[in-house]
Amino acid sequence: MAALRFLLNGQRVVEDSASPTMTVLDYLRGVRRLTGAKEGCAEGDCGACTIAVAWPHGGARYRAVNSCLMLLPQIDGAAVLTVEGLAAPDGALHPVQQALVETDGTQCGFCTPGFVMAMLAFRQGGETADDAAIHDALAGNLCRCTGYRPIVDACKRAAAAPDPLAARAAEDLARLSDVPPGIGYTRHGRSFYAPRSIDDLHQLLRQNPEAPLLGGGTDLGLLASKERRGPPVVISTQSVPELKRILRGPDVQTFGGAVTYAEALPCLDSDFPSFAALVRRIGSRQIRNLGTLAGNIATASPIGDTLPCLIALGASVVLRSAEGTRRLEVESFITGYRKTDLRPGEFIDAIEIPRLGNGQRFVAYKLSKRFDQDISAVIAAFRLELDRGRLAEFRAAFGGMAATPRRASALEAALTGRMWRRESLVDVDALVARDFQPIDDVRATAAYRLRAAANLVRRLQLETGAGPAPAGLDAL
Amino acid sequence: MTAAPAHRIKGGVQSPVRHESAIGHVTGSALYLDDVPTVPGTLEAALVLSPHAHARIASVDFARALAAPGVRAAIAAGDIPGRNDIAPILKGEPALADGVAEYVGHPVAAIAADTLDQARAAAKRVEIAYEVLPPVLTIEEALERGLLVAPEQKIERGDVGPALDAAPLRLAGEARCGGQDHFYLEGQIALAVPGEERDMQVFSSTQHPTEVQHGVAHLLGLPFNAVTVDVRRMGGAFGGKESQATIIAGIAALLAWKTRRPVKLRLARDDDMQATGKRHPFLIRYEVGFDPEGRIQALDMLYAANAGNVADLSPAVIARALCHADNCYFLPNVRLRGLACKTNTVSNTAFRGFGGPQGMFGIEAVIDAVARHLRLPLETVRQRNFYGIGRNDTTPYGMKVEDNIIERVMAELDGAVDLARWRSEIDAFNRANPVVKKGLATMPVKFGISFNLTTLNQAGALVHVYTDGSVHLNHGGTEMGQGLFVKIAQVVAEAFQIDVEHVRVSATSTGKVPNTSATAASSGTDMNGMAALDAAGRIKARMAEVAAAHFGVPAGEIVFADNRVFAGNKSLAFAELAEMCWRRRVSLSSTGYYRTPKIHWDGQAGKGRPFYYFVYGAAACEVAIDTLTGEMRTLRAELVQDCGRSINPAIDLGQTEGAFVQGLGWLTTEELWWDRAGRLGTHGPSTYKIPGSRDVPPVFNVRLLPDAPNREDTVFRSKAIGEPPLMLAIAVWLAARDAVASLGDHRLAPKLDAPMTPERILAAVDDMKARSA
Repeated sequence: MAALRFLLNGQRVVEDSASPTMTVLDYLRGVRRLTGAKEGCAEGDCGACTIAVAWPHGGARYRAVNSCLMLLPQIDGAAVLTVEGLAAPDGALHPVQQALVETDGTQCGFCTPGFVMAMLAFRQGGETADDAAIHDALAGNLCRCTGYRPIVDACKRAAAAPDPLAARAAEDLARLSDVPPGIGYTRHGRSFYAPRSIDDLHQLLRQNPEAPLLGGGTDLGLLASKERRGPPVVISTQSVPELKRILRGPDVQTFGGAVTYAEALPCLDSDFPSFAALVRRIGSRQIRNLGTLAGNIATASPIGDTLPCLIALGASVVLRSAEGTRRLEVESFITGYRKTDLRPGEFIDAIEIPRLGNGQRFVAYKLSKRFDQDISAVIAAFRLELDRGRLAEFRAAFGGMAATPRRASALEAALTGRMWRRESLVDVDALVARDFQPIDDVRATAAYRLRAAANLVRRLQLETGAGPAPAGLDAL
Repeated sequence: MTAAPAHRIKGGVQSPVRHESAIGHVTGSALYLDDVPTVPGTLEAALVLSPHAHARIASVDFARALAAPGVRAAIAAGDIPGRNDIAPILKGEPALADGVAEYVGHPVAAIAADTLDQARAAAKRVEIAYEVLPPVLTIEEALERGLLVAPEQKIERGDVGPALDAAPLRLAGEARCGGQDHFYLEGQIALAVPGEERDMQVFSSTQHPTEVQHGVAHLLGLPFNAVTVDVRRMGGAFGGKESQATIIAGIAALLAWKTRRPVKLRLARDDDMQATGKRHPFLIRYEVGFDPEGRIQALDMLYAANAGNVADLSPAVIARALCHADNCYFLPNVRLRGLACKTNTVSNTAFRGFGGPQGMFGIEAVIDAVARHLRLPLETVRQRNFYGIGRNDTTPYGMKVEDNIIERVMAELDGAVDLARWRSEIDAFNRANPVVKKGLATMPVKFGISFNLTTLNQAGALVHVYTDGSVHLNHGGTEMGQGLFVKIAQVVAEAFQIDVEHVRVSATSTGKVPNTSATAASSGTDMNGMAALDAAGRIKARMAEVAAAHFGVPAGEIVFADNRVFAGNKSLAFAELAEMCWRRRVSLSSTGYYRTPKIHWDGQAGKGRPFYYFVYGAAACEVAIDTLTGEMRTLRAELVQDCGRSINPAIDLGQTEGAFVQGLGWLTTEELWWDRAGRLGTHGPSTYKIPGSRDVPPVFNVRLLPDAPNREDTVFRSKAIGEPPLMLAIAVWLAARDAVASLGDHRLAPKLDAPMTPERILAAVDDMKARSA
């Protein structure tokens, strides 16, 4: 079996003995003695473990990821930078490091290496360093000491200095050009496969019917990171080129089964800006650089953020196996609490989202305790079409309201055909209560979920009905 | 007389020197305990936590766990050689549950194994038979059943009953604030290394090395001199590593004792959040009598805290809450009662502010209610109740407020932001916007500095000058990110008049400075700075004599300045003098000691002068709420913070901003949620939401109050900074109340407790709409 080959802070590494289910964080800290990256939570929420990775298919730039959630073979063929690798050989700090020092952006310092790496990835992306972009870039990093102001200032300060590592990703990847994509890596009785073709994937699924598919591993990685046990066999979809396809057809947008949130965003932005805005609140950049749309569907969580959107949009999944392909609406694919209709040997080949017709609109809302990187209490997604002030078409799907994300059939039936104005919504609370019997849990009570879900229909009316929409919080 | 240059040294007091580990932080080379390489043979440990809120432990069976790969030892309460008691104030608080588990997450047993994974896997194989008992989970239940972890505390002045009866107006109400997890980014961790004979060296992420030393000694049945505790730095603490670190270090030491091997115990975040204490949630009930101008004539308040399963530091937290129930207001007739309620939840503990935030939260609810009732601005009612100067200046506990500058601080704030204009902008916005409503509120703060318990107000330091002129500094305070080390280094640099780069602060150790107090109560710089100054002063006096002899002048004419020592126009480099002292056999090492003057406290009577001085501050905050969903944004925060004559304005700015945002989290997104079985549902950052960068107000200005030297003789006339600014965030709560109140034309007091999740805000909105319809 092949060894893992990657670049670590510019040094070529051939790893031949570590367990395939060891996390990258444990590997860096324990095997490589690079202790800059920290374990703050082991669940991809605090960002203290953030490192930067450049993949051959990733556009020659370093991107931030949570090393605590990644299995070591996920960096095979990639270039990795940790906080130890940023300073120049003469010790000169990288501008993001220097800026953090100058703005007094460190106090206890435990979160700092993670921030440094998130800031580096932000710097590599070349975005304008305004507040909105900075918050987006830092949403995956928690600091408990500073109150963030000096860190945000440091992002702006660093943006003004040239990035000495600007060409580094391209150089590093060039040095890896001899490493073929994909791998089968078996050590300590555990295996990680990254097949290079659909056929290889079929074969591996046949040989390992119990093996979970790994898209980005942001859910599966928790097993290794928190439960301290990885599955004996893991099959990654990331090296199958076909599953990375993104097609913007005249009627349908198609996202391959291995497309990450980050890769999907530009295309979503153009057709479904409200969906894209919501996707930007899923996890953090670290998570969105790894996690896939297909993974969000396949885990079938009642609070999976994309599901209500895909359901309201009438999206389908293309399911593929050696026997052939079939198409299912996302709505029917989800069969129960964390259950899907995925059959043995099948994988999600693609997600197809019908583009909006003339006059159709799509709006999605997310409610959570914190704006960024929080699991939703309620997600509401609507596709609607107005005809002379009347709701001609109305699809409403909610997450967080039942064991699965699903449509609100009573609400849809009652509102369709009504004049789309405030007075038409007097019974919306009762309609929502007919559709859903949510539960009390850590994110919200049933009472709040019902009330807020009904009010989101009211918000929708205010924003899409006749007359000027009143200002929302996001406008402030 | 002397020709010493006026040239300033680099990094003396009052200069914004950066954190001494800043470069280490940004390069990842600053070592935290888990980063330090351990010797081969070091074991890793894991805890076995109770899954029940209340249960008798019938039996603990380690057979399956001990048979698991790599396992070297397993311990439960019965395996403790010494006394299973680590109580910081009272008695009877076991490190490992003894006979009965009292909360979900209570450590019952522990495992040591060759690897962390082996230890954690084996912990799941420990078989414990529980007889489940009914739990008490809420403050209300505990109040009803009279369950307390410590006796009631009371502070009383005048006769509150008749005064209430005599008051022209009267209101009663209730307010609640939630707890808060510290969420230090570095979780609890300790490494215990057994030495020869009975020695035990403990490396602990602790704010209180001495308490860890005592706890470990008690558990192992050792004298204190057998246990040495070291801590270089913590990855955040905020009070969470004051008493709680002893549990972790104690268990690591027990396992090390049993195996005779070094043992590291690092908690997974979920275990950390379930097993260790948090900020106390409070239920506050009040009855207030006042006149038509809003002057409070009588106030009767009950502060009931959820203390959790044992007392821990709760009695002291309650005392501080009661001592801050006045905030800046003169309360002529007052009765403040504090109850530490016993429940089957994790024992709550110290957290930045230590009861002060909850104390102020209560009185601000009262002021808010009075102001709404009279339809007066909050600021007007406050101003009519502020402590006076020379009159109405005695606190309920009998301390005269001698340093009152609250009106100056408020004026400074108003001058900077023009509150009246700001208010009119808010009102105009609200008239024009049906869905989103804005609110604005201010918050004055007066926070007492010193540990309530007088004994704790002492500190030690140890200073060595080496013959190359470099200085080694050690003191009893610990570095948790707050910048204590650099501040004390500045103090010593100033004393010797050498550049701060020549002063190196070393890891805190019970072997260097003994019998220390926790680095807590914002007192780190005040106390350790003075102790270090004392040590430096003693060495300096000896050096001056040597210099005087060398130059042939009286010692009184020797001047230390600009890295040199002067006698008139002759001088020596500081390092040359150090070398000279050594040659002449003069000691260049000294301990230093400090005890805070003037203070005394009778906890029984609730009287005394517990605080050396007060720190003041004021904030104004603007928020916006969505009345359809309850979502909220904090849009603007303007702060004025008193730091006395700041030793390090950069550090003090960072403390102010950080404390404010932490207070903002406490009052907004940080909700601790337990299910009906007493299981904490919010035990990781995926469910427990501390503020992120976007939650910080986009307009956020902090002004350190200029020209405000401490009137007391503190270290270079500075003031403490760690905790006071946290309470400025109460302005955010009051501003959200103001936004909700706008729906009822500001006539009614909103029913809005903290934390202000979208859910609580939406309920308050709907309630306000219903009541004002």
